[in-house]
Amino acid sequence: MLAVETKDLSKDYRLGFWRKRPKRALDHLNLQVEAGETFGLLGPNGAGKSTTLKILFRLIFPTSGQATLLGRDINDPSVRSKIGYLPENPSFYDQLTATEFLRYAAGLFRLSKAETRNRTGRLLDRVGLTEQRNLPLRKFSKGMVQRLGIAQALVNNPDLIFLDEPMSGLDPIGRREVRNLILELRQEGKTVFFSTHILSDAETLCDRVAILDHGRLQGCGELRKILGIELAATEIVLEDPPPEVLRALKPLARTMVRTGDRVRIEFPAEVETSTVLNIALRSGARVISLNPVKASLENYFMARIQKQPEAEPADSAVPAKINSG
Amino acid sequence: MIRRTLAITVHTFKECVRDKVLYNLIVFALFLIGAAIVFGRISVGIQKIILVNLGLSSISIFGLLMAIFIGISLVWKEIERKTLYNVLSKPVSRAEFILGKYFGLFLTLLVNTAIMTAGFYLALWIENRRFEFADLAPLEAVYFILLQFAIIVGLALLFSCIATPVLSGVFTVSLFVIGNFLDDIRWSGAHTGSVALSKFTLALYYLLPDVRRLNFISEAAHGSWAPRYLLVSNSLYALLYVTVLVSASVLIFEERELL
Amino acid sequence: MMETHKTLDSRLPRRGAWWLALALALAAQISVRWVSDSWADKNAEGAPELYIRSGNALKALSLGYTGLLADIYWTRVVQYFGSESLAHSRRFDLLGPLLFMTTDLDPHLIVAYRFGAIFLAEKPPAGAGEPRLSLQLLQRGIVQNPDYWRFWQDLGFIYYWDLKDYPSAARAFKAGSERPGAQYWMKALAASVAVKGGELRTSQILWSQIYQHVQNDTIRKSALAHLAALKARQDMDTIDNLVAAYETKEKHAPASIRDMVAAGILRGIPQDPSGVPYILGPDGHAQLSPRSGVNLRLLE
Repeated sequence: MLAVETKDLSKDYRLGFWRKRPKRALDHLNLQVEAGETFGLLGPNGAGKSTTLKILFRLIFPTSGQATLLGRDINDPSVRSKIGYLPENPSFYDQLTATEFLRYAAGLFRLSKAETRNRTGRLLDRVGLTEQRNLPLRKFSKGMVQRLGIAQALVNNPDLIFLDEPMSGLDPIGRREVRNLILELRQEGKTVFFSTHILSDAETLCDRVAILDHGRLQGCGELRKILGIELAATEIVLEDPPPEVLRALKPLARTMVRTGDRVRIEFPAEVETSTVLNIALRSGARVISLNPVKASLENYFMARIQKQPEAEPADSAVPAKINSG
Repeated sequence: MIRRTLAITVHTFKECVRDKVLYNLIVFALFLIGAAIVFGRISVGIQKIILVNLGLSSISIFGLLMAIFIGISLVWKEIERKTLYNVLSKPVSRAEFILGKYFGLFLTLLVNTAIMTAGFYLALWIENRRFEFADLAPLEAVYFILLQFAIIVGLALLFSCIATPVLSGVFTVSLFVIGNFLDDIRWSGAHTGSVALSKFTLALYYLLPDVRRLNFISEAAHGSWAPRYLLVSNSLYALLYVTVLVSASVLIFEERELL
Repeated sequence: MMETHKTLDSRLPRRGAWWLALALALAAQISVRWVSDSWADKNAEGAPELYIRSGNALKALSLGYTGLLADIYWTRVVQYFGSESLAHSRRFDLLGPLLFMTTDLDPHLIVAYRFGAIFLAEKPPAGAGEPRLSLQLLQRGIVQNPDYWRFWQDLGFIYYWDLKDYPSAARAFKAGSERPGAQYWMKALAASVAVKGGELRTSQILWSQIYQHVQNDTIRKSALAHLAALKARQDMDTIDNLVAAYETKEKHAPASIRDMVAAGILRGIPQDPSGVPYILGPDGHAQLSPRSGVNLRLLE
């Protein structure tokens, strides 16, 4: 059984007040997500990620096409009893406390009183809000709101969880916690479907991703396969290399960047790794690391979406990688 | 369905109560008791009539204001602040949401009216130092006021599904005012001599909410009891009209895209 | 697994139920109102009530929109008058209070005074039969609108027509004739009423003045009816004179108007203002046919 399936899902928004012009937000989207997968929906802002999720939850209605969740039509409200949803930038009721809100959320499912109380407590603990459980939500920071949003998405112990930009608004620690939470959910055998425009999240978490731009599916598949399309380069990092080594390697290298006492040298794929390694070892330089450089998701993204690959030479991406790494 | 509607009802009630309206009510009750005592001192013979008129009118006006001010943003606010996403992503149908909102606000008004009525009877007791059977007559007027609230809440809810709170407020107040002049509208249409116009005003007469028939305050002040047919027909009328308003709200809300 | 129409189908039945609820409740609420309206009519205990009888109290309650409220009350007056006279209940208890409240709210609503002057004074069934109240209303109108000389005309008219108080009527006409803009005939009217008292001719002038210068349809209709009655009364007086002439000529009383035509005393069979021929009564005097639309009782 597929956890999520969409068939030719399209959505036109009508813009303008008097003469409404349709704007296509989603164009014949076909997605199939297997149960137990962690699936990433990637794309820049405005690509149609949130639109897709809103259609699946019937917050908006598709112009054409159908969708099923856990094998059932999305138009039946009871489908959602085994599904959780974290909206993008969630917002809750100012006057309630975290506990009250979770109880309310639990009250919308078929749960016993004891079950509700038990689960509410555990979820608050799981997202790290136990201390703030009796604070009115208007005093919550953005990160706390996001955590509560995750808690309410899990209140019914769902089999399928949708997270719309789950990392947004979180600090680095929060991001790591959410990342771990997603990994936990995956280990529990749940299907996680999340959207993001942050590539590193998808790189670390997803089994498969779909890439969306201007409402069109640009690519879908296992991350490894998408990224493995081109093995772009080999990268070696040397510590305190003697000048003659650098001189010897220079003709082979594509780029050579020094940071502190380390030098990072990248070679094109056609240069044999053993050649490089031999030169380095012979001169007595310390080899810190030797890595194959795959085309990153970012490169893929840029190439597919901006459709101007020649304007982005490979070496311009490398310093960027050093800065971020 | 009942369980989820109930959860939304309770939540809406909680939200309304925490909107600090209750404080206003206590102020109102104190004001009423104070006014009753003052009137008791300065007027002779008609203190009780004044007290009943003043008390019931206040209950009605305060309740209407509350129904309108809370009602017009009831659905709108949830759409604007996207809190609705958390609700509708659960196995909740849109109809259940609308019903829950309606009952939640009506419950708020019910409780508030009960408190205000208690304040009114306290004032009455301070005025007379005793109760008699005839003092129960105003309860009929209170019952009619509640029926009026039921309709106004429905109107506000309906508009809240379509328009901004400001527009909804204008629409609701306008309909309430027009609803007090339906007889005149029908009469003036019938006397223009134009068949089309008289048919139009007749249609308005039967389609717009007749809130005047639910105003029994002056009669109650003179100690009269509502005839039985009025009790029955008004109850039935309010129930049916609310059904119209709520069904229309559901149908509109079912179609609404929550962007 | 996913048929094309499933999306629509699964939403339709639920919405159908709400449409049904909407339609049924709408129809039912109309029936409830219809039935209870007819019940209310049956159970109506006497005349409607007016809860606020003080225009000043109402003014305070109007939050400054006195003009609008006055218009609403004026509509009420017309409505009340119309519905009461349609129902032939012939009681206009509330006409006075309503008019006083209307003019409290808007002291310059001329039509309210003029309407009130005529229909408050008019005897039932055409009016409330309270000429004193009508005088009060007019006096208030004169105080509030001193430049409007026609109120004096109306005042004189009430004295003249309803109270048969010719000296007071003459004084009112005279006072009115001295207001700026008053027409010349007011002075003549003052003189003639003072000297001759109740004459049909004077009444005719007064009613036709009202007919010509008042815009209000109800008043104009009434004026027309009065003018018709006056004309009929004059015609019948003329016929009676001719009956006397016939007797002198033919030495016996005429059996019918036709006899008088045959005798050459009348050139044709005269008709009353409603277009129905006059007849001779058993007493030998001219009278209206039972089919006539003229209401002579207006002159009583």
